[in-house]
Amino acid sequence: MNAAPPLLAVRGLSKHYSVTGGFLAREIARVHAVDDINLDIERGETLGLVGESGCGKSTTGRCIMRLIEPSAGTISFEGRDVTHIDGEDLRRLRRDMQIIFQDPFASLNPRHTVAGIVGEALVIHRLATGRRQIEERVVQLLETVGLRSDHLNRFPHEFSGGQRQRIGIARALAVEPKLLVCDEAVSALDVSVQAQVINLLEDLQDKFALTYLFIAHDLSVVEHISTRVAVMYLGRIVEVAPARALYDNPRHPYTKALLSTVPIPDPKLKRKRLVLTGEPPNPFNPPPGCHFRTRCPLAEPRCAEIAPALLETMPGHMVACHVTG
Amino acid sequence: MTERLLDIRDLRTWFNTDDGMVRAVDGVSLHVNRGETLAVVGESGSGKTVTARSVLKLIDMPPGRFAGGEILWRGRDLIPASNSEIDKIRAREIAMIFQEPMTALNPVYTVGDQIAEPLRAHENLSRRAALARAAELMRLVQIPDPERRVRDYPHQFSGGMRQRVVIAIAIACGPQLLIADEPTTALDVTIQAQILDLLNDMKARFGMAIMLITHAMGVVAENADRVVVMYAGKVVEAAPVEELFANPRHPYTQGLIRAIPRVDAKAQHRTRLAQIPGTVPSLINPPAGCRFAARCTFATDACVAAEPVLKPVGPDHTVACIL
Ligand SMILES: Nc1ncnc2c1ncn2[C@@H]1O[C@H](COP(=O)(O)OP(=O)(O)O)[C@@H](O)[C@H]1O
Ligand SMILES: Nc1ncnc2c1ncn2[C@@H]1O[C@H](COP(=O)(O)OP(=O)(O)O)[C@@H](O)[C@H]1O
Ligand code: SF4
Ligand SMILES: [Mg+2]
Ligand SMILES: [Mg+2]
Repeated sequence: MNAAPPLLAVRGLSKHYSVTGGFLAREIARVHAVDDINLDIERGETLGLVGESGCGKSTTGRCIMRLIEPSAGTISFEGRDVTHIDGEDLRRLRRDMQIIFQDPFASLNPRHTVAGIVGEALVIHRLATGRRQIEERVVQLLETVGLRSDHLNRFPHEFSGGQRQRIGIARALAVEPKLLVCDEAVSALDVSVQAQVINLLEDLQDKFALTYLFIAHDLSVVEHISTRVAVMYLGRIVEVAPARALYDNPRHPYTKALLSTVPIPDPKLKRKRLVLTGEPPNPFNPPPGCHFRTRCPLAEPRCAEIAPALLETMPGHMVACHVTG
Repeated sequence: MTERLLDIRDLRTWFNTDDGMVRAVDGVSLHVNRGETLAVVGESGSGKTVTARSVLKLIDMPPGRFAGGEILWRGRDLIPASNSEIDKIRAREIAMIFQEPMTALNPVYTVGDQIAEPLRAHENLSRRAALARAAELMRLVQIPDPERRVRDYPHQFSGGMRQRVVIAIAIACGPQLLIADEPTTALDVTIQAQILDLLNDMKARFGMAIMLITHAMGVVAENADRVVVMYAGKVVEAAPVEELFANPRHPYTQGLIRAIPRVDAKAQHRTRLAQIPGTVPSLINPPAGCRFAARCTFATDACVAAEPVLKPVGPDHTVACIL
């Protein structure tokens, strides 16, 4: 048995949002944004998290980052339960875990220069002192992400989308994190620039032994960058497997359908697509049993009664399905 | 003989802004044949939307203006046409759908009334007959329970269902050309597949041509007959879809194709993606010569000296590159 705990372990994580209404503002519905999920992220790997919009990817990422409080469950970092830490402990955890978002612009203070944005974390965490030392370190970080020292005194609006994402990455790297959560970090970029940022993330991972939780809805990008991939549907994880195994041998009916609808840039390939009918059900009070059963071609009566557990069907390959699991 | 339904020649649509003249579309030539799907692909800001909106004169003027060129619709130039002439062509001959279906729908009218509207305006149907047709069209675009749903308002539909409503409005009067500007970009991949299947089904059923604007090469490969690649307000390459992917000639097209990660490419997993260095140039005072030269690994002085023109390199295949 491998004794070392995973870098990050999520157990029984749930996040529910109440929808209130009526004159006593009573809860009238509950969104099960994340519904009892388990995840391990090993040191040095990239865990991809895919699924359609609203399935709970960002909520998972934010709970892990301790940006929002989970309704239930635990988050352990390097074997230590960090679900409820606060104060100095939480501040220290922020050095170990950083996050970058889809729209870097929204998270970059428009009135601060690049030097200020990237340097701020150095000051907060006392990683550099004195103007000279801070500036030297910022320049070093900018160069690491492919920007130049003459960008130091510019403002976010002077940069293109790809460059802004580099600024966000430089800011995240400033504290030398162990885990970087990338929430749709390349989704808004045009393909040529997207390729630049993906390559950069891969280079940085090799250089600094980083671990990534890579959240995205684009399955091609996730397959490319991930070591393992977890597929989410309506708040639950339905399948987890090494990236290649998941794409070569998807087991869950949802994963199969999702993969077969990804457009492939090869006009000679005439695929038989498995187009899913219908749309994801309402996340308010989702149906009992398997959340996918309303769209599933294989659904059986038991699927409506019992939620299938995520079980290991082959080494490293976990599926939550009564029929194919 | 294939008939050129739409034939855009050397179109220039510019915008006057405080920072200077934005040459958003700057000498674009492309055509759509009867019954085909032409994909127009390129990164954001390359001029795809402005080109499409120019056809139906949906450009605000000012700040925009036509600085040159022709837009021939079945042989007739639309640029000098009057608004009432364009109104007649819009909906009945050329329809357009957009990325965000909500912008095309009026939140205070039922979807039934909105689908019925062009039928009443252009085909002189009574309200009752038009509403019955609306329900039929909703069935055609596979909206469940159409007789009941004609009375619903847009906000009662999901994003994918709204795009179906918009398609129903677009095809109501049987147009010969549907211009679809990123119709699936805002939708999830499973819904995207449903909408593209629906468009292809409508095309097969009615022989309607589609000008499909997209930035996704996978969508191009799976849906287009021919492809036009745009870069910084210009067409850099045009070819039948299989030819374009098998034999891309413009360095930008080559870069685009190689930069996309593919789910089906086993060998590619975690190998470096081909990347195009740099970013797109400003369209205010764009660089002289080839607009891609600054990002092109093959560029020579000659590329900057003179602007390359589209020239044939094979059957139906044109490229604007001096190499
Ligand atoms: N602050 C919130 N209040 C209420 N519902 C929320 C909130 N944040 C997210 N949700 C809901 O939780 C679900 C999951 O959202 P999210 O995690 O953002 O999904 P994803 O990132 O996969 O698109 C969605 O149904 C969303 O509407
Ligand atoms: N009303 C406008 N005023 C000024 N510039 C505009 C206007 N509309 C579009 N543009 C500019 O025209 C260029 C092409 O835009 P667009 O056709 O929307 O690109 P695409 O659809 O390929 O992403 C962009 O640089 C855009 O900023
Ligand atoms: S558990 Fe049943 S409904 Fe759910 S995916 Fe499996 S077969 Fe389909
Ligand atoms: Mg999200
Ligand atoms: Mg556009």
